[in-house]
Amino acid sequence: MSTSPALSLAFDETRRRGGLLTGLLSSDLPRSRALSFILLAIFVLLAATPFLFSGSQPVGTAAKICVFIVLVASYDLLLGYSGIVSFAHTMFYGIGGYGIAIALERISPTWGSVAIGLVSALALSALLAVAIGLLSLRVRAIFFSMITLAVASAAAVLASQLSDITGGEDGLSFQLPPALRPAFRVLSEPVFGTMINGRLLAYYLVFVVSLVVFLLLLRIVNSPFGRVLQAIRENEFRAEALGYRVVAYRTAASVISALAATAAGALMALWLRYNGPDTTLSFSIMIDILLMVVIGGMGTMYGAVIGAAVFVLAQSYLQVLMGAGSAALAGIPLLPNLIHPDRWLLWLGALFIISVYAFPGGIVGRLRQSKS
Amino acid sequence: MSDMAAQPSAPAELPSAKTDWLPLLLIPALGLLALPFVGSPSTWVTLTVAGLAMGMMIFLMASGLTLVFGLMDIINFGHGVFISLGAYATLLVLGPLAGWATADSIGLNLALLALCILVAMGVTALAGAVFERVIVRPVYGSHLKQILVTMGGLIVTEQLIHALWGASPIPIPLPQSLRGAFVLGDIVMERYRVVAVIIGLVVFVGMQLLLNRTRIGLLIRAGVENPEMVEALGYRIRRLFVSVFIAGSALAGLGGVMWAFYRQTLTAGMGMEVMVLVFIVIIIGGLGSVGGCFVGSILVALVANYVGFIEPKLALISNILVMALVLIWRPQGLFPVARR
Repeated sequence: MSTSPALSLAFDETRRRGGLLTGLLSSDLPRSRALSFILLAIFVLLAATPFLFSGSQPVGTAAKICVFIVLVASYDLLLGYSGIVSFAHTMFYGIGGYGIAIALERISPTWGSVAIGLVSALALSALLAVAIGLLSLRVRAIFFSMITLAVASAAAVLASQLSDITGGEDGLSFQLPPALRPAFRVLSEPVFGTMINGRLLAYYLVFVVSLVVFLLLLRIVNSPFGRVLQAIRENEFRAEALGYRVVAYRTAASVISALAATAAGALMALWLRYNGPDTTLSFSIMIDILLMVVIGGMGTMYGAVIGAAVFVLAQSYLQVLMGAGSAALAGIPLLPNLIHPDRWLLWLGALFIISVYAFPGGIVGRLRQSKS
Repeated sequence: MSDMAAQPSAPAELPSAKTDWLPLLLIPALGLLALPFVGSPSTWVTLTVAGLAMGMMIFLMASGLTLVFGLMDIINFGHGVFISLGAYATLLVLGPLAGWATADSIGLNLALLALCILVAMGVTALAGAVFERVIVRPVYGSHLKQILVTMGGLIVTEQLIHALWGASPIPIPLPQSLRGAFVLGDIVMERYRVVAVIIGLVVFVGMQLLLNRTRIGLLIRAGVENPEMVEALGYRIRRLFVSVFIAGSALAGLGGVMWAFYRQTLTAGMGMEVMVLVFIVIIIGGLGSVGGCFVGSILVALVANYVGFIEPKLALISNILVMALVLIWRPQGLFPVARR
């Protein structure tokens, strides 16, 4: 478990110098002025969205960004830190969503059922992650990708077929506990023009839980455990030779990542008051997550923040831009089709390929490089 | 691990490789096991033929992928898009020759199918060559990057299909004389499935002959075992790799045509949907093994059919169950490839 003396010295040094903030960020600072600025801006904007913007769309976008930051960060724990590609991340996300949805719909809209739903979803996710990990990681890491793909698609089919439990293709709409409903008023007077109601509380619940889970993940990747994961990523054989059980570490990483994804799914369901196959289980969300991790930057948790923010914003606003461009090019063959608003994935896909080749560190890697 | 290499090599004549019969016996054993559960023998034959046809189609789509993996150690998650591309390429033929499909002549109908297959294979071979050059070549050797980049290639190509042919599903008609079914007493066999079985068998036998009886097959098998050695002997392994990749893509195109006529609808995502089965099959077969891929395809398809008849709810996860059981029995797949 010993890191090299020089490294651990530097590690302790930063820890001693830094105060509360360094502690919170687990001594893993952004290490680039531009990056720090962007992260701070994202943080402040997300924290203040309900007071800065009116209407429900910006708050919805902000909540989605919060949830996706957790989802993408937990995926980065697998992809960026452990070097294994899973396609079952949306399955765990979906399990979280369905856990909350089923508990609140079938039992009662209370905090008790939120707890029941969340705990049983987490338990199921952990169990599945262990089973998949032991079945596939034991042999070869490349099996893991294919097996997770197969299991995830089976889960998606199951969710849409077992309509007695999951509501099938229609999904489940449900009531939230009273404190999170829009009709719930904390203060009778609005603050800065914003009503302090249950919806606002729901947003801050999503925000705070996302923040806590994100910081927790940051802590995990900067722990000795996280260092071992990175060692395995760099050289599996060598890590095994040093005495680390590669299978055990990788399985543990996939369990942690599954648990965080489940939490993200639960948050998403709580925010939307609905869960269905398209919101949490579909394969297109899996592709979105991949794009976010790679474009943001693999192997840095901050990449998840930037990737999620950029992607969700692009999803919401890039299409408008492309629609305008497409209309402007009407009449030319094929070209309008290529920048049709529905083709936005084409361009993000191209950006994705270029990122993998040219900027393996993604946006974060780029920013950190340009600093020095 | 490498029990093949451990055997002492006889200098005079080459030792014949021991055939591993156990996985092959699985298929008839499975059929016999299912018979009492299904009940009537005629239903059983119908189910079995349908399962065989499905298995052949999966094999057509999976064979290219497993060959590419075996030879080049490249895992191509974008393989599914060649299936879609092959399927859409039939439109190039069906558009101008729509009359051939409705004509009431077996000759014209089969010629149309053959032409579709040829065009589709041509298109996907070309696409495969481009894909290899642009997407795959820079990332030889790194599985992680391969998975990511080929996923990216999949996204982009799928979107290009949308841009070229539109995003809505396109119905395609099955040629007239391939519709309907052969009826022998109580036994019903859909005609198209019989055609699929025949084409699948021809391809399988052809591949086995090519791999085991020709010089190029010998080189490919040698390349799977030890690429550096083949290169050291003066063969251009790179060229061999590229041609196998192109051939694999063309096979996916062939599978795509068969799959498209089976579904009778075209969607850009159809390749990716079936990729799940394809991956299960090549894992079951042992990554890189063509024979294993063949056995795995038929196994998965038969189980899906029997289970779907006996206990429909269970059919949703039968593929996963088969895979889990096989991996518990043989963690490397039915026919593990000796290397690695």
